[in-house]
Amino acid sequence: MKRRDFFAILGGGIVVLLDDEIYAQETGSARRGGGAVPVQIGAWLHIGETGVVTVYTGKVEVGQNARTSLTQAVVEELHVPPASVEMVMGDTDLTPFDMGTFGSMTTPRMWPQIRRAAAAAREMLLDLAARKWSVDRATLAIADGKVSAGGRSAGFGELARGEKWTRTIPASVPLAEATEWKVAGKSLPKVNGRAIVTGAHKYTYDMKRPGMLHAKMLYPPQFGATLISLDASAAEAMPGVKVVHEGNFVAVAAPDPETAAKAAGVLKAQWKTVTAEADSHSVFQYFKQTAQGGAAANANLTPYTIAYIAHVPLEPRAALAEWEGDKVTVWTGSQRPFGVRSELAQAFGIPEEKARVIVPDTGSGYGGKHNGDAALEAARIAKAVGKPVKRNWTREEEMTWAYFRPGGLIEVAGKVAPDGAITEWEFHNYNSGGSGLQSPYSIPGKKEQFHQSKSPLRQGSYRGLAATANHFVRESYMDELAASVKLDPLAFRLKNAKDERLRNVIVAAADKFGWKARQKTAGRGFGIAAGFEKGGYVATCAEVSVDPKSGAVKVLRAVVAFECGAVVNPEHLRNQVEGAIVMGLGGALFEEIQFGEGKIANNRLSKYRVPRFADTPVIESVLLDRKDLVSAGAGETPIVGIAPAIGNAIFDAIGTRIRRLPLMA
Amino acid sequence: MARVTELLVNGGRRRIDVDPDRTLLSVLRDDLDLTGAKFGCGEGQCAACTVLVEGVATKSCLTKVGAVEGKRIVTIEGLAPEGKLHPVQQAFLDADAMQCGYCTPGMILGAVSLLGRNPNPSEAEIVSGMNGHICRCGTYPRVVRAIHAAAGKGGRA
Repeated sequence: MKRRDFFAILGGGIVVLLDDEIYAQETGSARRGGGAVPVQIGAWLHIGETGVVTVYTGKVEVGQNARTSLTQAVVEELHVPPASVEMVMGDTDLTPFDMGTFGSMTTPRMWPQIRRAAAAAREMLLDLAARKWSVDRATLAIADGKVSAGGRSAGFGELARGEKWTRTIPASVPLAEATEWKVAGKSLPKVNGRAIVTGAHKYTYDMKRPGMLHAKMLYPPQFGATLISLDASAAEAMPGVKVVHEGNFVAVAAPDPETAAKAAGVLKAQWKTVTAEADSHSVFQYFKQTAQGGAAANANLTPYTIAYIAHVPLEPRAALAEWEGDKVTVWTGSQRPFGVRSELAQAFGIPEEKARVIVPDTGSGYGGKHNGDAALEAARIAKAVGKPVKRNWTREEEMTWAYFRPGGLIEVAGKVAPDGAITEWEFHNYNSGGSGLQSPYSIPGKKEQFHQSKSPLRQGSYRGLAATANHFVRESYMDELAASVKLDPLAFRLKNAKDERLRNVIVAAADKFGWKARQKTAGRGFGIAAGFEKGGYVATCAEVSVDPKSGAVKVLRAVVAFECGAVVNPEHLRNQVEGAIVMGLGGALFEEIQFGEGKIANNRLSKYRVPRFADTPVIESVLLDRKDLVSAGAGETPIVGIAPAIGNAIFDAIGTRIRRLPLMA
Repeated sequence: MARVTELLVNGGRRRIDVDPDRTLLSVLRDDLDLTGAKFGCGEGQCAACTVLVEGVATKSCLTKVGAVEGKRIVTIEGLAPEGKLHPVQQAFLDADAMQCGYCTPGMILGAVSLLGRNPNPSEAEIVSGMNGHICRCGTYPRVVRAIHAAAGKGGRA
């Protein structure tokens, strides 16, 4: 939206634009060609004549409660009831450019921006009241959506009426310290919770447009296969069915999903298959063989393996595309609306302003919804058939044609002095990724390397990225080293942890867990793990039982100490911590994508086990609220400690070191 | 088989004209626009599609619409038709028992059904009663808490 359009669309009032030059520099390359909103604007806010405060941000809501925490930022600075705040998120025509909702960046980056915009709006309202009432600004009070002085009082809408006042502020305006917060730091309930519990919220999967067709794809029978021939005559003969065939791209569209599925079922295609280079058993050696620049020289390393896993967002990918002339609008659940816009522009050879991407609050992502696969499919089919098109992926499609959390081979070695100090550390990660690669412990001689390898599967982001794999191996091997000098795992960590924030979470978790008072019994074990990622520190303790006959592991209790600077919303933070533990249980214990010959063998929930109620341990979280530190994002980091804590607890229980994820494979 | 021409949904009679072999989920979502019942897996593994049939939690993705003709169906949209939330809905809000919310309608109807047959369940009974429901965001402990709270406040349907 161009600046002059603000008031034309929104009516009168006041507008604050937040000019974030640093952010613009950091992301400059990604912004070229966008052009709709001035490139450096990070967020903007409008107070209209009805008193509604509308905030525009390119961030999206995928369950991490950004809609609520960003509303809290407005309430904190503008002293307005939460119900008067409307958060417009992830709409590329209305909201400022944003790289995407990932990397736990909403809280450290967008949250203070929106506070600054709201604070500026507050000052503008006070200016307006002082001018209109000819009173000293110092005599004005602002609370509950009203400005008052003496006997006078006016709502924000009344003050903004007839105004067309825009102010641009820099992102460097100082903000009140966390110790001064009134609303932030407390638990505001989910702002759109009512729409969720009544079923009123429309996810992309639920959306419809008049005249819309439902589409199905005909995907290849294996990754990399190419189409030799297609006989679509039976499908084309079905009433209302349209077939779209462009090269390897084959789709059908029909007035209802059943007909679309039937039509896809009668397509006759011949495919040229390819020989797959690795399967889920051979892949770990494959990573090493294909490592760029060769494998590690040291032959005395201890190998750990990390399986590929799927995100399994409960709402599978979906998109609804509608062309109007040469402009396409796509509703889709994506963590990168502007990235999807670029993909659309590129695919159809149109300028970015001719593609609009709107992201309704989405049925989760966990890093799995970064790209626009469903959006591109829907837009392509819609263009071909000349009608709006819906493309809802099935679970099997979601677990085959999306991307996976990378598998990896991680090799590690270390030396420890008799007093428990680690003197040498060598750590090689093949393919799984570099996040969290570096040890947070103080070690004089360290060699840590990420080796890029070839992946037989399409891979991408996942909650916490490779920090989960790297922490699993590092913290498991920390226990191996502790055992080698017969030191208690807690004492060994404290011996080598010099970072005060790391020590604090370790001590807090161990205290809450009752580490020192733990009682060993047959088949029971206790484990601890700690780490640092994305600005947050975490320590996790787990208690497990191991069935002596079947070897089945049950996690009985997990204690998590987490420190991510000043806490914005304690209840939602606890919710994220608990959720990360539950999700992390799956990758720790049993989630594993099995594949071979270019096919996924377990691409459905009856074959791919995810954590359920009965798998869930008692979870206790300790939040270390550091009001003297800036708030870090919290959706990811709490996941990194659970797998090694469980692995270490299994070792404690039965004396077996399991060097793979999932542990129960 | 004869086509199904009427369903009893949320206290009303809804005219439809569908093949009896179609799933209840697809008829609710595509023909009646009752999209509170969610598609999650299509094989009865996640229970996001749960609705009440004669008060009992039913996976609508595995239910043929022909099998529920003449039976009373309640979807999340019909749980609190007067605008006042059902105690289980309120309990989910109070316990913050959701993140992305995609599983929530199914969870709530599953809980209503559970409390209907067992008004005061133990924690173990809640866990076994709800174990068919998947929440990928991992809000299980909060859902258990919400159901406990709703049981205390007469959460029966």
